Amino acid sequence: MSGYPPEFRESIKVIEETREERLKITPPRISPEEKEELLRKYHPDYKKEAKRPIKIGASKGEYAPHEVANLLEAHSYLYMHALSNGVEIDLEDPDFDVDVLIIGGGGGGATTALWALYNGVPSDRILLATKLRFGDANTKMAQGGIQAADREYDSPVIHFLDVMRGGHYTNNPDLVRILVTNAPFIIKWLEDLGVMFDKEPDGTMIEVSGGGTSRLRMHSAGDYTGLEIMRTLMDEVLNREVRVLEFSPAVELITDEEGNVAGAVLMNLETERYIVVRAKSTVLTTGGFGRLHIQGFQTTNHYGATMDGVVLAYRVGAQIRDLDSVQYHPTGAAWPLQIAGQLVTEKVRSLGAQLVNVEGEAFVYPLEPRDVVAAAIIRECEDRKKGVITHVGTCGVWLDSPMIEIIRGEGTIERYLPAMLRQFLRFGIDIRKEPILVYPTLHYQNGGIKINTNAQVLGDGGRPIGNLFAAGEVTGGVHGKNRLMGNSLLEITVFGRIAGINAAKNAKHSHVGKLTLKHVYKWEEMLKQAGIETNRVAPMILPDYRGDVKYR
Amino acid sequence: MPNTVEPVKEVRTGKKKEIQGALGAGKRMVTIYVMGKWYEVPAGLTILKALEYLGYRLVRGVGCRAGFCGACTTMWVKKNDYRLYSGLACQTIVEDGMYLVQIPFVPAEKRLYDIEELEPTGSVVLALYPEVARCIGCNSCTKVCPQEIQVMDAIQEIIRGNIEKAARMVFDCIACGSCSLRCPAEIKHFHVFQLVRRLYGKYIAPKAKHLERRVKEIEEGKYDGALDRLIKAGPDKWRELAEKAQKGEEVEI
Repeated sequence: MSGYPPEFRESIKVIEETREERLKITPPRISPEEKEELLRKYHPDYKKEAKRPIKIGASKGEYAPHEVANLLEAHSYLYMHALSNGVEIDLEDPDFDVDVLIIGGGGGGATTALWALYNGVPSDRILLATKLRFGDANTKMAQGGIQAADREYDSPVIHFLDVMRGGHYTNNPDLVRILVTNAPFIIKWLEDLGVMFDKEPDGTMIEVSGGGTSRLRMHSAGDYTGLEIMRTLMDEVLNREVRVLEFSPAVELITDEEGNVAGAVLMNLETERYIVVRAKSTVLTTGGFGRLHIQGFQTTNHYGATMDGVVLAYRVGAQIRDLDSVQYHPTGAAWPLQIAGQLVTEKVRSLGAQLVNVEGEAFVYPLEPRDVVAAAIIRECEDRKKGVITHVGTCGVWLDSPMIEIIRGEGTIERYLPAMLRQFLRFGIDIRKEPILVYPTLHYQNGGIKINTNAQVLGDGGRPIGNLFAAGEVTGGVHGKNRLMGNSLLEITVFGRIAGINAAKNAKHSHVGKLTLKHVYKWEEMLKQAGIETNRVAPMILPDYRGDVKYR
Repeated sequence: MPNTVEPVKEVRTGKKKEIQGALGAGKRMVTIYVMGKWYEVPAGLTILKALEYLGYRLVRGVGCRAGFCGACTTMWVKKNDYRLYSGLACQTIVEDGMYLVQIPFVPAEKRLYDIEELEPTGSVVLALYPEVARCIGCNSCTKVCPQEIQVMDAIQEIIRGNIEKAARMVFDCIACGSCSLRCPAEIKHFHVFQLVRRLYGKYIAPKAKHLERRVKEIEEGKYDGALDRLIKAGPDKWRELAEKAQKGEEVEI
């Protein structure tokens, strides 16, 4: 049934012939020195020509990929489409007046909503606005798992060290501490909500390893871990009757006269009308930037992952960090081309599959941190020329998934990787019998808006911006310059909770003055002063993949 | 060079028209009808990419683009074939003679409940979703499921009160709603299945005792001292200890 073209046959044969030998030896871990050199030479982040210093705003001078800088150095969508054309935004009579506005309907937003509720905000005083459908987010696409140090052989201290090592010790240690010490509590909370974690018959969690993770700590629900968490959170939010506004992305934040955040202007994507929301607390849970296709990379991300939250926060003075570091997931599908760039979960390696080049050599320890493995694959393709070249000129290496069935027994893939199995069977490839062709793909925004341990967004001088909170991929600091597998589902739930609790607290005493869009006019003025002449407009809201085709 | 993203473009080379991009040069074209409108698109594209190739910018009927979210339910018929097919636009390759439409929304009401007050029984599910009992066993639901779930059998397990079995059977559901659109009994399967999974996860699956213990230890401050010292110690110490941890060695601070 092979969905691979005949020209791959020879290469697959080599993989099959070397499998038995390879089963006996795992390639050694790389030393810290080798690692540094590998990253410097081959990781896309180290390409100087791919980034530039940002010319404007609170983190002026920080380096960012051109695709990110382009959106930060852009006109306001609201200004270009409304304010400058005389379209009136009625700030005096808001469409919604709430205690807590949550922008973003993924796992971070849903968690924030629930913890704001638990902390006394009535459901009709919360508004959750989302760009597409509620729950359509990268959360749903997270396959591999969620980390928590909850076993005798493990501790939050070791989890802390793993996270810091993964991030090359650039992480904010206070945020990491919160991440690891809240992890078991969060898993317990999810278990109590009814998330179907993979367990032994006595209830013990089945925990596997992940790249850069020194203890077996990865909790999962098949390879639909994110989907299972997202749909459970969503069900709970709906049960509690929180008001959810779908197809309504935020296009700009609103500030009061003192510069505190006071809500947001949303846009109904279907009617293209603006919606004014006044809020005592505003929380950004908008996710990351995969759909910017940094350096032309394919992405694993959801259609809506266009970095809107960073753009909005930056205009009200938020500082950003580590946006120059991009996570390329080592194993994006390189074949079939129809799903090129889509995620092949790290769990495939956790369960025993090696990465192998055309000569049948396992060229890297499969569970190094993601940036290291990605760099090693790029080295095989670009430098050593030991990758498989497809007929459209793209390159890939083999991920030897049949090893899993040999090591862990037949049926393991069907049981623990049902999504992966199905994904490839749809295109005629049985990953139980044939390896998977992979190449790094743009996966995660390591950096983002700076926050403190209360999930407050930090502005000038590291001072919190009034009434503004953020959680999840939109923020930076937790993962430093590289995130480990299983810490993103953890981050959105741990920090979504903290944002919800603090947004609720803040709403009890915060004072929101007269609503203004002063910062938008100021931003436009700043662009002029910085000499930025452009027709770029941000937030992007959705990427544009339309072809330029004529009837024949 | 990254494996670059290239939109599919039509290029003219002499007299012959060729398609380059995502699927390579010289590909065959197929005819599809988008909500009745005639178009030609390169063979091998997914329905989603074919629509974008043609110039549609989707807001409804698109989501994760990877088969996980269930937003891009599509229905179609084919020439000389009476059957109505359905699938995910992001996972289905266009076929010659497809008449297709993206389903923007599946109308279905989710019943509200307090999960804390329920019991994991079939009658609880039937009380919230009485229409489940109207299943006539036609199996239309199973035939259209893009996740190959035995949908009708799962409904029958629920009627028999077998929550655990049903929850496991429907674990891969992505709530695309194809089944519910075809169901003569008007069951909204994906909502029913969500309830069933939560009942299983919360009440039937055994609790992880080690998890409870660890939560308690953390609440009692067992790790506070070590973490205080560790954070104070700084990057050199972190590096030293982290490398030790990687080797599986004990870490002491």
